Amino acid sequence: MNVVIVGCGRVGGFLAGLLDSEGHRVSVVDIASQSPARAERAWFQHLPGSFKGETILGDGTDLEVLRQAGVERADAVLALTEGDNRNLMCAQIAQKIFGVKQVIAKVNDPVRAQTYRELGINTFSRTTILGTLLHAMLQEDREVGEVLMRKALAHEADMVDEPVKVR
Amino acid sequence: MAGAGEVGFHLSQALLESGHEVTVIEADRRRANFVKERLGSIVMNAPADEGRAQMEAGCSRADALIAVTGDDAKNLVICQLAKLRCHTPRVIARVNNPKNEIVFKTLGIDETISSTRVLMNVIEQELPSGGFMPLMSLAGSANELIEAEIAIGTPPAGKTVGSLRLPTDALVGGIIRKGKLLHADDETKLEVGDRVMVFAPTASESEVRKALFG
Repeated sequence: MNVVIVGCGRVGGFLAGLLDSEGHRVSVVDIASQSPARAERAWFQHLPGSFKGETILGDGTDLEVLRQAGVERADAVLALTEGDNRNLMCAQIAQKIFGVKQVIAKVNDPVRAQTYRELGINTFSRTTILGTLLHAMLQEDREVGEVLMRKALAHEADMVDEPVKVR
Repeated sequence: MAGAGEVGFHLSQALLESGHEVTVIEADRRRANFVKERLGSIVMNAPADEGRAQMEAGCSRADALIAVTGDDAKNLVICQLAKLRCHTPRVIARVNNPKNEIVFKTLGIDETISSTRVLMNVIEQELPSGGFMPLMSLAGSANELIEAEIAIGTPPAGKTVGSLRLPTDALVGGIIRKGKLLHADDETKLEVGDRVMVFAPTASESEVRKALFG
């Protein structure tokens, strides 16, 4: 699968590493830091050292930057920056302008998440997902809590074992 | 009015002066207080990109919402939310990066204002441009008004309006000859120095230029 990930914070970096290790073609976009000299190291620090995909410095709502990241042949675009609005703009560009089939945006405000889901943009809210998971864990809900936690802990172990490489 | 920066503040002031009822939403507390001291209690300190703030501000009974923050993604979402959740009949977005005008249109926001584009147009009108000046784009359509001065040795000099090889959907709206506005029909003969007003689709600007200058 060709995947474009916009926003390389902890979640973006984690997912990019995971997909890359499974053999998918991943490119990661993150906005240039204020200080260009440190930009690349500072902004892709959450990628694992083994990451073989591409890193693109730029604004993920810019058509040119998205093209550079390969949005035109992408099977999926994930918008995971810190800004709900940027994620929604990026996701809509990917879906409506480039016709990407699978588009997911991280939207922490549940109202916005719901509104855009009605528009056909796949959104998820950290607030509700994390809250639901924690609730399930408390209730010892095996269906939700245990299965997800087992997977998450396995991924986490892989990540911690990863040798640290200075990029 | 979503956003009370320089643009939002002065625009709100102007709208108030011309008798409109305005509510300003500004996320930054200090800026909101600053504007409140000048415009009064119509200023609300809240994030305009959140559905609840829009409801409280009365977007569902507003005739129009104008999003003028310095962040294009925010302006887009503010307008989309107002349209979808509050059914605000008219939404207008400021576009900081002129490249985003077309993106906003594609995503359903038809009315955009780009200060960069406005400045560019003004500067183009001020600069000598070989007698060809796109004067303004016509809101709500993909058309524009062009002014062109007929020069010596160009195809239209001495010919009639009907003989101009303009694109089919372009039309000549009038002629300014020696400072006087003339009605133009197919039989009107063009003279050197005439300023011809052409309405045409923005996309066929270069064809209009070709028809008038060869």
